[in-house]
Amino acid sequence: MSEEIKMVDIYIMGKKYTVPETLTIMDAMEYAGYQLKRGCGCRAGFCGACATVYRMAGDYELKVGLACQTKVEDGMYLAQIPFFPGRKAAFNLEEIKPSTAHFTQLYPEVYRCLGCSSCTKVCPQDIDVMQYIAYIQRGDFEKAADISFDCLMCGLCVSRCPANIVHYNAALTARRLYSRYIAKPDAFLAERTRKIEEGELDAEIDALVTADQDKLQELYNNREIEK
Amino acid sequence: MTYTPQLRELMKKVEESRASRVGVNYPRMTPEERRDVLQKFHPDYIVDGFREIAVGVDKGARMPVEMADVFEAKSRVSGTELDLTADPDYDVDVLIIGGGGAGASAALDAHKAGANVMIATKLRFGDANTMMAQGGIQAADKENDTPAIHYLDVLGGGRFENLPELARALVMDAPLVIKWLEDMGTMFDKKGDGTMITIHGGGTSRKRMHAARDYTGAEIMRTLRDEVLNQGIKVVEFSAAAELLLDSEGRAAGAVLLNLETEQYEIARAKTVIIATGGSGRLHYRGFPTSNHYGATADGLILGYRAGAKTIYADSIQYHPTGGAYPPQLLGLLVTEKTRGLGATPLNIKGEQFVYHLETRDVASSAIIRECEERNLGVPLPTGITAVWLDSPLIELTHGEGTVERQLPAMLRQFQRFGVDIRKEPMLIYPTLHYQNGGLLIDADARSTVENLYVAGEAAGGIHGTNRLMGNSLLDIIVFGRRAGRDAAAKSKDMAVPAGLNLEHAEAYNKALEESGAGNGRVSPILLPHYTHR
Repeated sequence: MSEEIKMVDIYIMGKKYTVPETLTIMDAMEYAGYQLKRGCGCRAGFCGACATVYRMAGDYELKVGLACQTKVEDGMYLAQIPFFPGRKAAFNLEEIKPSTAHFTQLYPEVYRCLGCSSCTKVCPQDIDVMQYIAYIQRGDFEKAADISFDCLMCGLCVSRCPANIVHYNAALTARRLYSRYIAKPDAFLAERTRKIEEGELDAEIDALVTADQDKLQELYNNREIEK
Repeated sequence: MTYTPQLRELMKKVEESRASRVGVNYPRMTPEERRDVLQKFHPDYIVDGFREIAVGVDKGARMPVEMADVFEAKSRVSGTELDLTADPDYDVDVLIIGGGGAGASAALDAHKAGANVMIATKLRFGDANTMMAQGGIQAADKENDTPAIHYLDVLGGGRFENLPELARALVMDAPLVIKWLEDMGTMFDKKGDGTMITIHGGGTSRKRMHAARDYTGAEIMRTLRDEVLNQGIKVVEFSAAAELLLDSEGRAAGAVLLNLETEQYEIARAKTVIIATGGSGRLHYRGFPTSNHYGATADGLILGYRAGAKTIYADSIQYHPTGGAYPPQLLGLLVTEKTRGLGATPLNIKGEQFVYHLETRDVASSAIIRECEERNLGVPLPTGITAVWLDSPLIELTHGEGTVERQLPAMLRQFQRFGVDIRKEPMLIYPTLHYQNGGLLIDADARSTVENLYVAGEAAGGIHGTNRLMGNSLLDIIVFGRRAGRDAAAKSKDMAVPAGLNLEHAEAYNKALEESGAGNGRVSPILLPHYTHR
């Protein structure tokens, strides 16, 4: 590093460590000496393994973030929630439909939302969680699927819900229902898979599989490229 | 306000030239130019980054020194008291090691075929590179495209070194995989009439990149995982495979699992074993940062190799041209190729483009390294490294306002978190260690050279030759995961429960290692990278 790095004090589960201010919470925990097992996954903001709750010294407000996507700040008191025992309802996608009747059987607690918006406030992805719960309640699976899409299933919403809703599992079910039954299937894709299964495209590919290197290179170098 | 005043000053060059670059395509390299830049600048060609492996079935084969270090290492279970004659802790038809996309796909098809299946995974189920794949998945499912055209792209991208029967399986199964995922309720980007929206990736001749915004891998992984759980398939998390077990005839017959939390060993006996442990980016070849998952430590490679499975192209590593370079919190993180697919172009310090934005990954990476190292036209960063710009604001100039939020929500969010608005400000990128092109050798049914041992996903090699194209990895994990699952289930049907479980292969390997003088006290698999402050 060509510039002097400032150090900050953070408190991992109450214990003080001094770390460079450029680090993420995750890097800072490792800098402090933790060999992470839980609470660490993709390290890029996609997997939801590293949900973290923190509070700044002198403040009462609890904040949340993904440890891999949040920079440390001086006076940060933090703890991770690497696992949350949320319930998942098992279902057979071929036997249910995007209907309130079916959804009630899988996740009845969704309909007991108190409207407190704690889930929305806590979401590290800035998803309007309570809104998609409302969409599910009124049977609008398309809208629920759309606005819940960026969910990482980190579980922070569930940790704050007074109605014990497991938002991320409800949302995933809603997205699968939408994609299976409301979004239309790709018609040409069905046609293409039929042709492959019936062997109609075998001859064309086998001609290439058995072609020699020179022929393949010539074909490749002169292939037409779609604009 | 993340970019420093110096960087903001340099950024002006990019802004000045932007209007003149809209809609202008930089010329592609000729085959000769491609060869030249690869040989001079691709890390695969840097001789001192490699050495010959001293032991095992591929003794003398070339591999990166960091990989050779974990190959030339003793078994973790050496000297541990393990009772292999007692009733095992788990007893199944198909043991799948690894809980990513390949493992989940294998589990679903093996379960469907009637096998008793178990997934053992080192971290959480779904903790895998699959989850991080952003840009898309290829399949020839348009009128103007066929699997044969896809095949030619795969081979050209792979420098014609792909194993033909594996590349054939990849492209022919591709539309079937998309259909399988569509039927499972995967939320692909579609038009109102159901038509999949597809774009180009580096090295594609047709627009066949299917996506789910820029969370494609995450969407596929969470769907597969949800379905595995729906099917009631047994999943054991935080249980890393420490060594494979063989039966009295030298066939794969299970694994020794290490509970990462209690540090106790457990025995899993299985008629067939599928290695689906992914790649090795966390070995940080040549000191590169990586876009890989925390768990990508080559575990399956070394376990398979000790058991006698041959490797292929172990010396071929993919560096993704667009790894994050700044702000420092994003170092090495993947900037999805979809960013370039949508029209963002790499630029040097003068704000000039120096390479066509959709060259294959190996060529694009080499060109970026050349721009920084040889031509000295990289952008110097306050962190001491050099990078090039990726002009993401071009995307909305080309495709209209709102495109980034709609098509690249993960990228937008990730950079916003650290103070960069990629709609208005260009990104700073440099190649990052991304993918292991080679791996354990398999056939079209994902069988390794050891009986009853299968390999699927990034741990397998030969499919992509020595350079994989974007969108063919999400594809291959499912194609070969499913093939492995089906074949392993069928094989298990007529098999007796394996007898004479043993670790003799690991002992023999240790002995050979000792005799060779290599090893130097190392133990592998390492299971977790070591990032604690030293």
